[in-house]
Amino acid sequence: MREPTGVLSTRGSTQKSLEEALAEHGITRRQFLRWCAMITATLALPARYTRRVAEAVMNPDRPSLIWLEFQDCAGNTESFLRAEKPTVAEIVLEVLSLNYHETIMAPAGEASRKSRDETVEKEKGKYLVVVEGSIPTKDDGVYCTIGGESAVDIAKRVCGNAAAVLAVGSCAAFGGIPAANPNPTGAVGVRDLVKGVPVVNLPGCPANVANVTATIVHFLTFGALPETDSLGRPLFAYGQRIHDNCPRRAHFDAGQFVQEWGDEGHRLGWCLYKMGCKGPVTWHNCPSIQWNGGTSWPIGAGHPCISCSEPAFWDRASPFYRHLPKVAGFGVETTAEKVGLGLAGLTAAGFGAHAVATAIRRRVSGVLAGTAPAEGGPPGERGSGARAES
Amino acid sequence: MPKVVVDPVTRIEGHLRIEAQVEGGKIVDAWSSGTMFRGIEIILRGRDPRDAWLFAQRICGVCTMVHAITSVRAVENALGITIPPLANVMRNIIYAMQHIQDHVIHFYHLHALDWVDITSALRADPAQTSALAQSISDWPLSSTDYFKGVQDRLKAFVSGGRLGIFANAYWGHPAYKLPPEANLMAVAHYLQALDLQKEIIKAHAILGAKNPNLQTFLVGGMARPVDPSSQNALNADQIQALRQQARMAREFVEKVYIPDLLAIAGYYKDPWASIGEGLGNFLAYGEFPKDPSGDPKSLLLPRGLILDRDLSKVHPVDQSKVAEYVSHSYYEYTKGDGVPLHPFEGETRPKYIGPKPPYRFLDTDGKYSWLKSPRYDDKPVEVGPLARMLVAYASGVKRVRELVDFVLGKLGAPPAALFSTLGRTAARGIEALYLAELLPGFIDELATLMKQGERRIHAGKLWDPSTWPREARGVGMSEAPRGALAHWVIIRDGTIANYQAVVPTTWNGSPRDAKGRRGAYEASLIGTPLADPDRPVEILRTIHSFDPCLACSVHITDAESGRELFRVDVA
Repeated sequence: MREPTGVLSTRGSTQKSLEEALAEHGITRRQFLRWCAMITATLALPARYTRRVAEAVMNPDRPSLIWLEFQDCAGNTESFLRAEKPTVAEIVLEVLSLNYHETIMAPAGEASRKSRDETVEKEKGKYLVVVEGSIPTKDDGVYCTIGGESAVDIAKRVCGNAAAVLAVGSCAAFGGIPAANPNPTGAVGVRDLVKGVPVVNLPGCPANVANVTATIVHFLTFGALPETDSLGRPLFAYGQRIHDNCPRRAHFDAGQFVQEWGDEGHRLGWCLYKMGCKGPVTWHNCPSIQWNGGTSWPIGAGHPCISCSEPAFWDRASPFYRHLPKVAGFGVETTAEKVGLGLAGLTAAGFGAHAVATAIRRRVSGVLAGTAPAEGGPPGERGSGARAES
Repeated sequence: MPKVVVDPVTRIEGHLRIEAQVEGGKIVDAWSSGTMFRGIEIILRGRDPRDAWLFAQRICGVCTMVHAITSVRAVENALGITIPPLANVMRNIIYAMQHIQDHVIHFYHLHALDWVDITSALRADPAQTSALAQSISDWPLSSTDYFKGVQDRLKAFVSGGRLGIFANAYWGHPAYKLPPEANLMAVAHYLQALDLQKEIIKAHAILGAKNPNLQTFLVGGMARPVDPSSQNALNADQIQALRQQARMAREFVEKVYIPDLLAIAGYYKDPWASIGEGLGNFLAYGEFPKDPSGDPKSLLLPRGLILDRDLSKVHPVDQSKVAEYVSHSYYEYTKGDGVPLHPFEGETRPKYIGPKPPYRFLDTDGKYSWLKSPRYDDKPVEVGPLARMLVAYASGVKRVRELVDFVLGKLGAPPAALFSTLGRTAARGIEALYLAELLPGFIDELATLMKQGERRIHAGKLWDPSTWPREARGVGMSEAPRGALAHWVIIRDGTIANYQAVVPTTWNGSPRDAKGRRGAYEASLIGTPLADPDRPVEILRTIHSFDPCLACSVHITDAESGRELFRVDVA
């Protein structure tokens, strides 16, 4: 990706040297620089940025973060707790001032709301917000209230006064499962409701914490959100298709497919295309960063990708065990490519009425069948169809 | 005086509101309200039943796999599928680790701050803290230098004047009883547990691809291939990794969690070992099937019902006796809200008639929660670790009896002390230890099956919907960390015609039913003293002892509405 050279750092000078700060927190320099290097790599930045990342992260004026939960399952919070480099304890004690997070904060009720509201009042335009969960807009927002206030009102007020917002997980980014057909509560993602503030989407069910922390660190280092595609997703994490980085790709090209659960091909790690894998239509860095500190990931463990970082995947990528459609006259490879481009076009179209109607229809006949590539305009070369060239 | 309101109740999963009436320094009445609704079961209608677990798993991201496993069990039950032994044991390993990890997180990160005053830890003497830690456990991280390091880190954090998630809490409240050294020890273990939980849960990634939201369950088995000769399947290396994670989990539970639990409980017996339990009825569906037969007798944690705190009798459980009221819930029944409905007959329509937000108080005489009111045999019951341990104890599970008696003995408390806030918290710790002891055996079983050449991870037959009967209905039951969980599914023409989950927090956090009987949260708060109504830490202690999970508990089914729109035919 392009180096963010034009972006001014908001963290020019720190009062203490990095070494002093580290010593104070009992962190060894080697340990600390190791995870700064990891984050720098995750962000696809050259290694020379490691020092700058390190200084930003150890800034003694820890910037404030408010973590809001609306129509959520706390899955992204749990993902956050699995953070490896830095760990959640390091983030909470040394990197940020996490002023509000209902799942882990000590105060409750009015006292907890005070922590949130004082940040909004006193640090207007300076704090970061993470939103987890979709926001129900139907019926005056009665489907989610906190402290008697609707999620709609809280989101507008708290996000509207922030420096930047991270919509973490597919629900906050695109509405997710509450917005799946028939979307009983009028659930939407943050960008559909909050205007005038930079919002970055980090979809996934849940979002991978490595991408969340890297995005936060990017903001701390450069004072700006990372470059994104047209769906607001950072290119460092969502710039490549799973299919193109899949370790099983050679089996796909060779026509070696798992046919039944537990058959020889399944045991040998062959391609899961015929079992329903949606890797060819999914943009995410799962194959490279994997999950739980690089322990595993869905395809690696033997289950198809369900496309959990794409908009409306609950409707568009299901039934999950139905394989992607094959178009007559083309080989498997060509078909998957075409479908990938088709979905990229479709996702770029967003939540248009036609898209929703299509989703309903697809519950009948297989979600990706009949995907029309025309809706987002014809994509360019592979991988560029859904990107904004900012 | 006006009602005391706690909203949001923090350090739980989801959106919970408690309103309490206080007289003479004590709670005389209480109302529990779930304030968020998504409608996942409506969303499930018309879908492929083999996909249901992926949707259902998103009911909750904390006890992340429990709805997945319960969902596949429901569909397997409907279709008459028996899973292979490998799949059964993989599910047991995943489920046991879920409980252990969840219980550790609950104790240290969700519940501890009700008992532990972090600010007091700043005043502790690290040498005395070390002496205290070494007097209760041989856990190696217990030197004076270690505790001084933790305290210095805490001081550096506080020195900036920005307390983050610890700001505005009820520090210094007279209900906090621990000496500074015990507080410092607990804070150190809070941080250690944060590191531990992410390590031991890697067992889920090994068997389930990732955590949260595992991705290897299948109707009929598991999608995790097993083959000692393949690097792309579960092999000997990964068995070793699982053993290592199980060892770490057990060591932490034995040497840190249980000693901390006993030490902290010792300071809070009065009054917390005698208040905070309200219903006296306890339900457990049971968990950890030794074999895939589906026979309840194969459950290592038994199924059963205890009534009126009578541990001399364990009643059998019959899913047909579950029914839900909506008289105080934001739903309506077509034939009137006064009659409860069994989940297979589940017919519910959302009908919000609460105050328009922003609001100050709920109308607790009318409808006031997105949770329904499930009742068993028309009785309100409590579910969760306490129910499981009581049922196991009363059923004569030897190791559970030993562990319960050991904990009661250490605390010098009578068996009646189990029926309390502290009893609930202790039962969770006892269960974590019981399961940490059980887990290595599951891994051995998996290794033995592999050694015997077993490779079947999936039933094989009945995967294709064209092989299914035109209509089928099934129930999946399990024990989530927070308690008895069941899903009911009706499959028609290859798609889901009706789906309903009745989950632990719906049992425990339910509003009143048509007969005015309180749910477990509401009943448990009656009589609780409140030293300072503006800082109601006592409410948090009892509510947190249940480990609420609201995202799980709010749901909806509707047998009729929407059918025309979403009627589908996959076959």
